[in-house]
Amino acid sequence: MKNKKINGRSILAHAVLIILAFMCLFFFYILIINATRSHAQLQLGFSALPGSSLITNFLNVINDPAIPILKGIQNSLIVSGCCAAIVTYFSALTAYGIYAYNFKLKNAAFTFIMAILVMPTQVTALGFLRLITNMGMDDSLLPLIIPSVASPAVFYFMHSYMQSSLPKELIEAARIDGSGEFGTFNRIVMPIMKPAIAVQAIFTFVGSWNNYFIPALVITSKSKQTLPIMIATLRGADYMNFDMGKIYMMITIAIVPIIIIYLLLSKFIVEGVTLGGVKE
Amino acid sequence: MRSEKKIKSVSYAKWGYIFILPFFLTYAVFSVIPLVDTIRNSFFEYYYSGLKAIGPNWVGLANYAELLSADLPKYAWNTFVMWILGFVPQIVVALVLASWFTDARLKIRGKQFFKVVIYLPNLIMASAFAMLFFALFSNSGPVNNILLSMGVVGEAIRFMESTFGARTLVALMNFLMWFGNTTIMLMAAIMGINPSVFEAAELDGCTHLQKFFKITLPQIKPLLTYTLITSLIGGLQMFDVPQILTGGQGSPDRTTMTLIMYLNNHLQAKNYGMAGALSVFLFIISGILCWIVFRMNTDPDPDGSKFAAKRARKGGRAS
Repeated sequence: MKNKKINGRSILAHAVLIILAFMCLFFFYILIINATRSHAQLQLGFSALPGSSLITNFLNVINDPAIPILKGIQNSLIVSGCCAAIVTYFSALTAYGIYAYNFKLKNAAFTFIMAILVMPTQVTALGFLRLITNMGMDDSLLPLIIPSVASPAVFYFMHSYMQSSLPKELIEAARIDGSGEFGTFNRIVMPIMKPAIAVQAIFTFVGSWNNYFIPALVITSKSKQTLPIMIATLRGADYMNFDMGKIYMMITIAIVPIIIIYLLLSKFIVEGVTLGGVKE
Repeated sequence: MRSEKKIKSVSYAKWGYIFILPFFLTYAVFSVIPLVDTIRNSFFEYYYSGLKAIGPNWVGLANYAELLSADLPKYAWNTFVMWILGFVPQIVVALVLASWFTDARLKIRGKQFFKVVIYLPNLIMASAFAMLFFALFSNSGPVNNILLSMGVVGEAIRFMESTFGARTLVALMNFLMWFGNTTIMLMAAIMGINPSVFEAAELDGCTHLQKFFKITLPQIKPLLTYTLITSLIGGLQMFDVPQILTGGQGSPDRTTMTLIMYLNNHLQAKNYGMAGALSVFLFIISGILCWIVFRMNTDPDPDGSKFAAKRARKGGRAS
């Protein structure tokens, strides 16, 4: 009786998962198939089999001087990589400062961060743009990276994680063993935070990689454009005259680096998730 | 050196300040100063007509009045509708998947494969994803080709020319992009629950549903809140997908125009006064959301019974 019930749930679970997985993969399957077909083939209608224009499309995209996509990949990698590193380190540092120490403004600081948790950066975009123009940082990658030192949502995640996984006795023990405060944070706290850092590094990297609004307003010169800005130019006026094979290929190129990085780090996430469960 | 009150025992308080300093310094420079500047601009008529700057002239609340009488409520509604259409399925599916994935008795084959696959859309740059959907769902695109050749429809569906179609496409993209992410976040939370609680519940004869509603849900409340926060932030910031999908037009008839698309239009046009006023509106909406979430997060009264009692007392009636 009980077995039967479990089987029923199991079948339902697998059916739902297969449908969802199909939904997730189907669009990318079409994307990759279409990236291998020439414009003329694409005009004929959809085919489930790949065409023969993969290399032609690739070369067309790489050699298009109007859209320097390799430069775009490089810019995007710099911004996203720096953001992921800065966000995780400084959010953990801030969370540790509030979690591990007692000081007068501790509760005020925590309440303040909780209060700005949901505040979108877009709200201050106008002042931000004027500020970085005054600071001479417009049309540069720096204003896309530096502000990520203050990331309230990641701070909150790190702080919650510390509450569940970082015993204060450990900090005391490190102190007794003569570890300096910064040393304790870097050598003892950071390794314990690894699962939280892995998860947040990926989310931040993806968020930054996806980020289109602020970069599109900050960046004006072509050589500093990040990938989303380049993709957006595809949607421009002469879309109908564009080589569709090229469009699909560009979208493919834009998503491949991040898929590779994800496959490298996905083990990290799963490992971190299971590590987070070991306590006491 | 600042003169500080010396305490006999070693005080580590200063390290607390040192560790949180970078955060607050950065926030002050890149968020507080811009916020003040944004608010200040909202009271001025200040825009560019060609290369010529008009203003800044003090106009008080005129920018706000103009926004409210114009399209602001409409765009706020658009944003909300498209967010909720995506968020409801997202959170429901994520909760179900997360509890399935973490159920030791439910042996899911290829668990790792499914986890990798459902998270995949979240990696895709939103603008690239929107561009892909634009190509796929165009009138002569692959989706229509497939539907036509399978005989499902008689003629091509004009997905992006109806309000419902365009909004659903945006919501579908938001759902696909975020349900895997949410599932993984919730899984982490469920796996953080002490397994002996589940074991004890099983010994006491708890059903799956009881375990889910009485143990899992209450235990992961903090992370559910976090998920709601990130989704609210995401919803209010909704921009990339409708912007690229509709080429910034919010078509059809600006029914997919979001608040941030509207802000973007003003920023691109260098209309500082209107952009400022719109930002302040967004700031107020954010503030309200923030307060709700903050309350939820620290709510000692999750089922609302105390609130009901308070209401009853206020009304002068003891229940």
